[in-house]
Amino acid sequence: MWGILGRRAVDGGFSASSLRRMRSGLVSARSYAAGSKEMTVRDALNSAIDEEMSADPKVFVMGEEVGQYQGAYKITKGLLEKYGPERVYDTPITEAGFTGIGVGAAYAGLKPVVEFMTFNFSMQAIDHIINSAAKSNYMSAGQINVPIVFRGPNGAAAGVGAQHSQCYAAWYASVPGLKVLAPYSAEDARGLLKAAIRDPDPVVFLENELLYGESFPISEEALDSSFCLPIGKAKIEREGKDVTITTFSKMVGFALKAAEKLAEEGISAEVINLRSIRPLDRATINASVRKTSRLVTVEEGFPQHGVCAEICASVVEESFSYLDAPVERIAGADVPMPYAANLERLALPQVEDIVRAAKRACFRSK
Amino acid sequence: MAMWFARSRNLVSSLRQNLGLSAILIKRNHSSPRPVFTNYELSSKVFLDPSTSFRHESTAVESQPDLVQQSDHEDDAQELDFPGGKVGYTSEMKFIPESSSRRIPCYRVLNEHGKIISDSDFIPVSEKLAVRMYEQMATLQVMDHIFYEAQRQGRISFYLTSVGEEAINIASAAALSPEDVVLPQYREPGVLLWRGFTLEEFANQCFGNKADYGKGRQMPIHYGSNQHNYFTVSSPIATQLPQAAGVGYALKMEKKNACAVTFIGDGGTSEGDFHAGLNFAAVMEAPVVFICRNNGWAISTHISEQFRSDGIVVKGQAYGIRSIRVDGNDALAVYSAVRSAREMAVTEQRPVLIEAMTYRVGHHSTSDDSTKYREADEIQYWKMSRNPVNRFKKWVQDNGWWSEEDESKLRSSTRKQLLQAIQAAEKWEKQPLTELFNDVYDVKTKNLEEQEVGLKALVEKQPQDYPTGFHI
Repeated sequence: MWGILGRRAVDGGFSASSLRRMRSGLVSARSYAAGSKEMTVRDALNSAIDEEMSADPKVFVMGEEVGQYQGAYKITKGLLEKYGPERVYDTPITEAGFTGIGVGAAYAGLKPVVEFMTFNFSMQAIDHIINSAAKSNYMSAGQINVPIVFRGPNGAAAGVGAQHSQCYAAWYASVPGLKVLAPYSAEDARGLLKAAIRDPDPVVFLENELLYGESFPISEEALDSSFCLPIGKAKIEREGKDVTITTFSKMVGFALKAAEKLAEEGISAEVINLRSIRPLDRATINASVRKTSRLVTVEEGFPQHGVCAEICASVVEESFSYLDAPVERIAGADVPMPYAANLERLALPQVEDIVRAAKRACFRSK
Repeated sequence: MAMWFARSRNLVSSLRQNLGLSAILIKRNHSSPRPVFTNYELSSKVFLDPSTSFRHESTAVESQPDLVQQSDHEDDAQELDFPGGKVGYTSEMKFIPESSSRRIPCYRVLNEHGKIISDSDFIPVSEKLAVRMYEQMATLQVMDHIFYEAQRQGRISFYLTSVGEEAINIASAAALSPEDVVLPQYREPGVLLWRGFTLEEFANQCFGNKADYGKGRQMPIHYGSNQHNYFTVSSPIATQLPQAAGVGYALKMEKKNACAVTFIGDGGTSEGDFHAGLNFAAVMEAPVVFICRNNGWAISTHISEQFRSDGIVVKGQAYGIRSIRVDGNDALAVYSAVRSAREMAVTEQRPVLIEAMTYRVGHHSTSDDSTKYREADEIQYWKMSRNPVNRFKKWVQDNGWWSEEDESKLRSSTRKQLLQAIQAAEKWEKQPLTELFNDVYDVKTKNLEEQEVGLKALVEKQPQDYPTGFHI
């Protein structure tokens, strides 16, 4: 696995080998100095929250198990000792309750970082996220702004079944008033979470449980406490010229592996890490498609009305005449996530699915 | 006054040590068999001005003897140590009854004829304050009547009256300080009126014109004003309750001399957010005053179909929250209760629950015809014989502070001002097109900028497809 759970190994094996492959993949001029320091996504998130809490006394953390338990996934480790129970608040079990409270606190000028144990549980609070947080600035004509961050693991983990595996990127990204971010690497995690906490609008920050334990190289610049990534800009993880692969979160790793495999067969794939689902960086996506003329878009969530559907629509609307092949969508299977390991593997996109789709877009049958 | 507060804190803390937790705890049989009174009985007294006429005994809510289990068995001297504290036990199997033999009584000061009931506790109200309260109650009545008519004439799309609840609206607002943050449900425009929102500002919001602070984004009666510490009305029911707990927490963390005050109806207490809001406010020890307007009806759902408890007040203790039931049609009682609750919330940093009993005389809203589900006689009875405005008027008049001449002058000038406000609001321009895209985010995102540019170009190119007077 990717480290923490210690269950069966999945496609990709251990972190060390995937790191090697990632390092060779980072040829883009935009990448920072490779490989001197490494950081897990967990530590990246923890350090981001710590630094923002230290810089601004209005920032506080709330959620189930965030304090004494050090966080259900240890993302908030050490924060209780450092900042005390008023700023690291262990809530009773009521997502609707503590989300409402967080929104109320944000109305009054504090900056809450609300943790959902998984975004599957955020459904119990979704009225507050959408009707109390997302729409308030607009409905009150700017009188009430809501500088809140909702964060937590999103999407499938391993063997947790239907009610713990749904990806909510498409649901939240359809709502005007919210910003939706999905980090992949440790640098993404640090930069985007810091940007989210500083942002005056409500931000939904979709992490991935399986990425928490994964290590990524991190630059000196990214380790600085003022580091921040812009919201609304995608990152080209790997440059290429034959086909554009767009994706976010854990699937970025799969897409990079697929790009390696495709390179062996002479197809040069450009991999775009969306980073920001709303606002979506249509400019980068379209510029890439205009360069390569082919699009494969990948996500873990359900296919209908998904993030991929939006990207396909955007590309068809804006770059239709540049397309040389129909757009390809790879998404999770249209079923509630099954538990059995073999079924779960079949319900999620795998590297082979991405490779096959890219080849189809390049009119190669094998 | 500070001295009084200091004394109360010592009293409270020493009481806390002696009595432990709530009144339902079983007492040891070697101490007095009297039911345990909670410590708020004493602390609430010290907040009232001692120099005026009030008695010390009747402030406390009566205990509920049925609910305190008492027994003379020897075993009862022992206690068990469970998570949550020590609890005495009994070998007598007795269920707490689903309701006590007597309903929690309702605190009132004025009788139906507007006379102060002898020996009442209440905080005295000066002539100036009383006259202002009465004027605002009457203004609210006129405002509701005229806006309702405007909706019926098709001039605004929707309206919702507070008829029958004027005392709750105005007296509660009068008892608060301007720094207290109000999170309303939707039947409390009187609170905003008290704080200085003008009739013109109300009209502008209802018409969604250019002067509306809400920039035409919301339907009528969804008022909001940062300046007056009144949060914008939000349609989903009861969402303001956990938000109020959050606001209270923020005030507590910033050590402000203010509390959050939030309103809810009887129906709204069925929402999950009611549980979360009250439970949290208690656990966080947040300074929040929860005011429930029990007006008997949630659109067509009568309270007998809403809950099986003795109203809302009994639920307070379930959350560890001090509560009181008050006659919501008695302006003086509401004023005293809210003022005391506010002081408790701020100085003791705790939530307080007030259940104000009243009756919803009007329809739920202009989209409702309540004669379809209740007797017209019932509505008439409450409108004429149990009218809170008339009741307070009698008291103010008996004191020589108000005359019939003042009455007709106020009513006609308010009416005139409202009609003018409506006419002006109707004629005022609507918001320009640019306001369609503002405030979605703090700073407009690129896609919104593009959409705005695109739409402007379209309107300029095809003006015949857009209404006259529509401007960019």
